[in-house]
Amino acid sequence: MTRVEGPEKVTGAAKYAFEYPVPDAVYGCPVLAAVSSGRLRSFDTADALAMPGVLAVLGGVTTRPFGTENFELALFTSDEITYRGQLVGLAVADTLENARAAAASVRVGYEPAPHDAVLRADHPGLYRPEKINPALPTDTGYGDVAAGLAAAAARVDVTYTTPVQHNNPMEPHAAIAAWDEAGALTVWDSTQGPSADRDTIAATLGLPPEQVRVISPHVGGGFGSKGTTRPHAILAALAARETGRPVKVALTRQQMFMLTGHRTPTIQRLELGATADGRLTAVAHDVIEHTALRTEFAEQTAACTRMMYGTPAMRTTHRLVRLNVPAPSWMRAPGETPGMYALESAMDELAAALGMDPVELRVRNDPDAEPDSGLPFSSRNLVACLRQGADRFGWHAGGGRDPRPGVRKRGRWLAGTGVAASTYPARRRPSTATADALDGGFVVRIAAADIGTGARTALGRIAASVLDVAPARVRVELGDSALPAAPLAGGSMGTASWGSAVAVACEALLKDGSHGRADTADDVAQDSGFARHSFGAQFAEVLVDPLTGEVRVPRLLGVFAAGRIIDPQLARSQFIGGMTMGLGMALMEATAVDAAAGCFVGLDLAQYHVATCADVQDIEAFWIDEQDAHLWPGDGKGIGEIGITGTAAAIGNAVYHATGHRVRDLPITPAKLLHPG
Amino acid sequence: MRAFSYVRAGSPAEAVSQYRPGAAYLGGGTNLVDLMRLGVAAPDHIVDVTRATSDTITEGGDGELRVGAGVRNSDLANHPAVRERYPMLARAVLTGASGQIRNMATVGGNLLQRTRCPYFQDVTMACNKRTPGSGCQAAEPGAETGNMAILGHSPSCVATHPSDMAVALTALGARVLVAGPDGERRVEMPGLHRLPEGRPDLDTVLDPGELITAIELPSPPPGRSTYRKVRERASFAFALVSLAAALDIGGDGQVRDCRLALGGVAHAPWRAHAAERAVLGLPASRETFTGAADEELRAARPLPGTEYKVTLARNLIVSVLEELSR
Repeated sequence: MTRVEGPEKVTGAAKYAFEYPVPDAVYGCPVLAAVSSGRLRSFDTADALAMPGVLAVLGGVTTRPFGTENFELALFTSDEITYRGQLVGLAVADTLENARAAAASVRVGYEPAPHDAVLRADHPGLYRPEKINPALPTDTGYGDVAAGLAAAAARVDVTYTTPVQHNNPMEPHAAIAAWDEAGALTVWDSTQGPSADRDTIAATLGLPPEQVRVISPHVGGGFGSKGTTRPHAILAALAARETGRPVKVALTRQQMFMLTGHRTPTIQRLELGATADGRLTAVAHDVIEHTALRTEFAEQTAACTRMMYGTPAMRTTHRLVRLNVPAPSWMRAPGETPGMYALESAMDELAAALGMDPVELRVRNDPDAEPDSGLPFSSRNLVACLRQGADRFGWHAGGGRDPRPGVRKRGRWLAGTGVAASTYPARRRPSTATADALDGGFVVRIAAADIGTGARTALGRIAASVLDVAPARVRVELGDSALPAAPLAGGSMGTASWGSAVAVACEALLKDGSHGRADTADDVAQDSGFARHSFGAQFAEVLVDPLTGEVRVPRLLGVFAAGRIIDPQLARSQFIGGMTMGLGMALMEATAVDAAAGCFVGLDLAQYHVATCADVQDIEAFWIDEQDAHLWPGDGKGIGEIGITGTAAAIGNAVYHATGHRVRDLPITPAKLLHPG
Repeated sequence: MRAFSYVRAGSPAEAVSQYRPGAAYLGGGTNLVDLMRLGVAAPDHIVDVTRATSDTITEGGDGELRVGAGVRNSDLANHPAVRERYPMLARAVLTGASGQIRNMATVGGNLLQRTRCPYFQDVTMACNKRTPGSGCQAAEPGAETGNMAILGHSPSCVATHPSDMAVALTALGARVLVAGPDGERRVEMPGLHRLPEGRPDLDTVLDPGELITAIELPSPPPGRSTYRKVRERASFAFALVSLAAALDIGGDGQVRDCRLALGGVAHAPWRAHAAERAVLGLPASRETFTGAADEELRAARPLPGTEYKVTLARNLIVSVLEELSR
């Protein structure tokens, strides 16, 4: 069904964080470090404070106590500069323009130190983190990989690299903070999880959680970058306390590149061996990535390899190096997105080495149980997705796909096709919710977040289905930490986590007649015994102009197995949205790193390119009717992220099929196609 | 953004009289306002010239077109005479920016837009164009130079000119009408935009306070013409390399006339005179075109990561001329 808040959004009535008409609000503008490494030596605010409308300048090095060790949130407590763009201050003024002018007038003195912002495979600082996101083992292995490779009839030993990428949601990170006379803090924030945001803000400021309220009914995208509390919210709260006025802080697009997370670049070595009939004999996936000097985030890039294909021997490792970069964080299927790009590209190379159809190679290595854990799958329908996708795409049409690369001309273009698998874990977290009968209808309350996914609509449908009433009779209230606590919109867990609680609350309401309440902590604690994952298969057709290196994608088709689909219309948007992000990852998304200045450059949407409508031509998403008795009551696996996994590999594999060039370094640009290697 | 005064001028003379050091002329604002937000431009006086110059396209008696500087890019690209007689120009304009931006952007402003070099746009970075004498971050080893110039750059600046429209106007030999404190003058293209040499802060030969009032398009070059723009994204991206080309072939199969201008390769739209001369009188063949491209690109000095632009420029010249000769 169409989104219930659609009319509000298209008419501009829906309010986003920065837009609340909070009386007497003033504006804060951050001051960012202009060196990439070193010490803060001076922070002279005299000029800024003398400017018109300026109320305060925060920053420098203070002794303010924070209830957090988080380097990104315990603001202004250290003189250490660890990356260019690190927050060193905030100017507060009566207008946004005055605040900006004041921020630019703060005189910041530095003692610069040598910097290093460039990831390389032979970096002497590489180390083994304790765990990888979210809490997975860093390295895994079983069997004899060396022997498996030695015994293989065909081998692939290749290295893929992916660049720094930025989430870039449409709505910039913004907050308004206001304290009342009793010392309670209200924050209108742009967040993927009001409950967690409230808890983090409270802990950071040393307040009890009940003294903080986060309001966030509409969020213009997050993609992971709003899954954790970002410093703009803390800045607004500090400045509001300092000035006694509500304070608005909105990050600019440029500031977002430094202050709201990014995806680490990756260097991934894949070694695959297979028998002549295409059965894997060994798989090794060794990953190198970066993290920040004072914040560790280890993207779980090889985690997907641990559950994807059956093999008698496997090794996965992750190594990090701490660089002068902002803290990397969650971005659009962290782990699976870069990991499936590399694994699925390597599988295509293996298929070519074997002279085997790449669909068939994947089918042949589909495991009966999760390879590294041995757990049974709650359901696994990768093969069905591959088969149905191949049929719909016409993979086998005309006597089968000609595997020879670089032989199909279409006008000035070379044409090719490619396939790759998708996967993403199906998980849920404990949540609470309430349901009430009210004025002849029903109200469901839950501190969930609708970041543009249609969560509000989907939860209304789930409630209506349990209550056996029309969805129009159910109103969903979300986006407010004063509502029953709920986990955040992330890890494709929102609908499963919130939907479980909403369903239980509605069942309780049916028994009670007027009110129902749910807490799924006990239910979720018993979610074990199965490996739960979504799967998919993506097929791409590409055209490459060999004279210009331009790549266009006339066709992209995905088939997914993600449990029960709650709402077809919303689901399609999620799938094709993910696939579009995958297309962008394949062909354009990259943040440049300036080794000389030691920082990211090209910090706006004219330079950091995401796919436009013109890049997306014929795009289709289908799903199979997957029954899975081992999920939560709603039977859905979560569809927020699976669409992006595998897409870049399908496109890269198609580029190889079109041209004969393996570009193993994303994005696949004209420059790389014209000058291979 | 610093506070500024604003005045709307009703005529070129009024606009020029309103100009003073520190002032800026405002057209569609699609570039200037961005630069003001970034702190790259900080005028204290804005002279809105959207009503100071003509927003119409008129036919001259001699087969020429006169385009007012206030004409919006969309209107230029959609004008029947432009589409019919200057398809190269219509295509160039339509490959630029987005529909919304083209609806705002003016012809005069388009010619004067500033480079999109990331270091120019970041006030915390060294940039001789923005702050003369501060250095050039792009010249530092390890800097991001993948979209910089390959021709005509200097140690002080390696940035490129971003306009598509200006590339086509350079190939067409357009004349730019300018009003200034000392009266009117015409500047021929190429010739409006400068190479950086030691003064990259000067994008053009215009003096402070001079205002573009119109563009005269001479009658179109003989033969066929087109504009090809290469970018990794299908829309809404500046050119990696672009080419405006016109080719006229005689009955004997030999090239009678050729116009070539490259975009994305230099501080100014790059009229490929050497390549133009090299094809004259020769058979319209791949061999001829390849030789001409090589002749032009002999002067290329690619920075790290821009070697592909030399290949791309060569391939574009050859393939577009082949296409025009079919």
